[in-house]
Amino acid sequence: MSEVLAAPLNCHVASDEDVLRARQMGRKCAADMGFSRQDQALIATAISELTRNIVKYAGIGKMEVQEVIRGNKRGMLVEVSDNGPGIADIDLAMTDGFSTGRSLGLGLPGTRRMVDEFDIASTPGHGVDVTFIKWLR
Amino acid sequence: MTVPILRQGKHLIASVQASLSDREMDAFKSRLLAEARRVNASGAVIDVSVLDVLDSFGTRMLGELVIALRLCGTRGIIVGIQPEVAFAMVMLGMHGQQFETALDLDAGLAMLAHEVTLR
Repeated sequence: MSEVLAAPLNCHVASDEDVLRARQMGRKCAADMGFSRQDQALIATAISELTRNIVKYAGIGKMEVQEVIRGNKRGMLVEVSDNGPGIADIDLAMTDGFSTGRSLGLGLPGTRRMVDEFDIASTPGHGVDVTFIKWLR
Repeated sequence: MTVPILRQGKHLIASVQASLSDREMDAFKSRLLAEARRVNASGAVIDVSVLDVLDSFGTRMLGELVIALRLCGTRGIIVGIQPEVAFAMVMLGMHGQQFETALDLDAGLAMLAHEVTLR
């Protein structure tokens, strides 16, 4: 199992400006931890996609960022969650090209490709909880 | 933050200075389209080299802007996408078919100038 270090950084998400704030916070944290510029961009983009989904579908939610250790690996754990309407069919939402909103419909599967570990849970009517980890290389 | 729009001959140059909020992006799109019409611009180069993220939403916004410009008769070219941003876009599944791109401002303007010579 993973050990979580220190208290997480929190970011309240309720507007498109919060999306910018969240990804800047994530990028800074990634830079401080020593991630490459490429990985910083991947992390910031993943956060941007996930928090944008909050604004688009749930209205209000939050992001938490923390450092995580597993064995001899060190990484960054990001949790993005909301209490919105949730996702009825996660398998379908994880399919490239699928979208109920006005977008390219690439957010979730694309985000999964950008990170090392990706976990999504949702109960319809009770929101969505997405967690991802990017390991330092 | 307002995106400065400069005129150079028949072309417009817009340099995005920072990540834009939705409202700022909407304002920028309207201003660029209006300015292109006002000066009968044959081309517009949009410099996004300062952006450290282009997510699916931002990419769609740029794509819509370029399509709207084209419908009005102005050729829009996105320039300066950073290598790590480009790679993140590809990972996300966006392959940039929505718009023309060039390395930087000079290359974008050269593309527009070349088109004029061909006519």
